[in-house]
Amino acid sequence: MSHHVVSRKLYFGIFAALMVLTVITVAVAFVDLGRLNDVVMLAIATLKAVLVILYFMHVKYSGKLTALTVVGGFMFFFIMIAMIMMDYIGRGFLG
Amino acid sequence: MADLAHSGGVHEAHHPKLQHHFEDLDQQREASTLGMWLFLVTEIMFFGGLFCAYLIYRGASFDAFAEASRSLDLYLGGFNTAVLIGSSLTMALAVWAAQVSKRKALIVFMILTIVLGAVFLGVKVIEYSGKFAHHHVPGDSFEWAPPYGDPANEAGTEMFFSLYFAMTGLHAAHMIIGMGFLAYLLIPAWQGKFNADWYNPVECFGLYWHFVDIVWIFLFPLLYLIGRH
Repeated sequence: MSHHVVSRKLYFGIFAALMVLTVITVAVAFVDLGRLNDVVMLAIATLKAVLVILYFMHVKYSGKLTALTVVGGFMFFFIMIAMIMMDYIGRGFLG
Repeated sequence: MADLAHSGGVHEAHHPKLQHHFEDLDQQREASTLGMWLFLVTEIMFFGGLFCAYLIYRGASFDAFAEASRSLDLYLGGFNTAVLIGSSLTMALAVWAAQVSKRKALIVFMILTIVLGAVFLGVKVIEYSGKFAHHHVPGDSFEWAPPYGDPANEAGTEMFFSLYFAMTGLHAAHMIIGMGFLAYLLIPAWQGKFNADWYNPVECFGLYWHFVDIVWIFLFPLLYLIGRH
């Protein structure tokens, strides 16, 4: 069959990276960076999610249609957040 | 498609799992993966609504959320994060075992995944019971007082715990359903039905399990880490 078998070594490598990133995000949470704390926290979480999606979920080795579906799904999630926040933040503008 | 020639193309002898409307097993696998991803996209929106609610209420009661977050047990939360990432690893290895037709390894990794899921839920039970004992469950008996924080923040902290229970509860429900599915998949795994030619249910279940892991990857910092500095 032509499916791509990801090596066990790579899986363990991704697992190690996820654990290291978890330790980093906990450590950074104890440092006061002001508003940057949230940014760093979400950036690390996003990086972890991308690693899981690409390697554990095999999107790196899947067809373009699957990749497009994944990207499209997250895009619509961000559109939803953006629209709702625009409404929520913008309500005061009308007095 | 390189193996079309090898397998004799569309005229190959029918694999028992090849459904008649697919050309070959590769196409069938790609279709099932795509279908699973479409389901997971609806799940992104499902959890997304709760993340959006979190975003809005966090902005509305910033300090109360930090205070309530500090009351959660970072050790238990961190331990559970490690357990869940570990279960994602064992699930990925289960898919690997199916892909290389190792029946015994597949069964072992599936059981390990179920066990790690059970450990996660067990820790969650300890955390939830603590919340009940300390009156941190939203409702009539909710109480916010020292040593946890300022009673003036009660409205904001109650909202935090409403979101905490809604989000971790929905996440735990996904894990319980997932563990049930995985136990069910142990039957065909035991019968040796999954191998390099056909392992679509294992692959699709793996996608689901990793998705649940991703949800926790975001829940952990948003719930446990926002008030530590």
